[in-house]
Amino acid sequence: MLSCKEVSLLISRSYDARLTWRQRLAVRLHLLVCEACRRFTEQMRFLRRAGRAFADRQRDSASNGLSADARDHIRRTLRGQD
Amino acid sequence: MTLSHPDTWLDQHGDALYRYAVMRVRDSAMAEDLVQETLLSALRAKDSFAGAAAERTWLIAILKNKIIDHYRRSRHEAPLPDSDDPDAAIEAMFNEADEDHWARMPAVWANPDTALEQAEFWRAFQLCLEGLPARQAQVFALTELDGLTTEELCKVLEAQPSNVWVMLHRARLRLRECLEQGWFGAAGGNR
Repeated sequence: MLSCKEVSLLISRSYDARLTWRQRLAVRLHLLVCEACRRFTEQMRFLRRAGRAFADRQRDSASNGLSADARDHIRRTLRGQD
Repeated sequence: MTLSHPDTWLDQHGDALYRYAVMRVRDSAMAEDLVQETLLSALRAKDSFAGAAAERTWLIAILKNKIIDHYRRSRHEAPLPDSDDPDAAIEAMFNEADEDHWARMPAVWANPDTALEQAEFWRAFQLCLEGLPARQAQVFALTELDGLTTEELCKVLEAQPSNVWVMLHRARLRLRECLEQGWFGAAGGNR
């Protein structure tokens, strides 16, 4: 039986690649008996959603932009290109 | 869709481009340079704008390539750490003496859907991201924020898939722990 550490690596990897059937079976067997790793699985599902949502929010958010100095500097550089 | 006048790009999109860059390169001066390079490239390429995407999406696509170039350059100075190197913070999450069980039982995260609607949650999330070691943050951002596949990531970082997966695993374990303590923890996550 795989350890929680090994199973957590496989669960994480399952978001990036297809596991072999042997790996999937091993994870499923482990999850049957391990509440901790079931919780971890839920959390990884949440983390994926949150990452995507964060990227969208960040794109449209209004705070933490360029400093005034940086803005001026870029503006001058762009003008120089005309 | 047509492009607005290039003079307006900085005001309309400068902040968004900067936020995108600084999250990924974690260096404000470098992020400013990347915004400038992006706008310069966009200026040169404006005649080839196909009009299929929104203006900001087009600019972000240019920025994304600049960031990847930046990663390529920095990779030579600081290659991805070898995944065989143990990471003490990760080792501490599992109890080696007890068959590598979780050292602390992961909690049940209450009301995760509500969290996604709360500005405070996103501040906690950002703090957790910023707390990741730089390489893990980079790998996580490229995968989870930008949607790069492992294959694309391996090309950008000149790394082996197994190495990338270990880095992602470590980033996720750290974020998990940080969110659990910073948000879903004692206060119950339904603030």
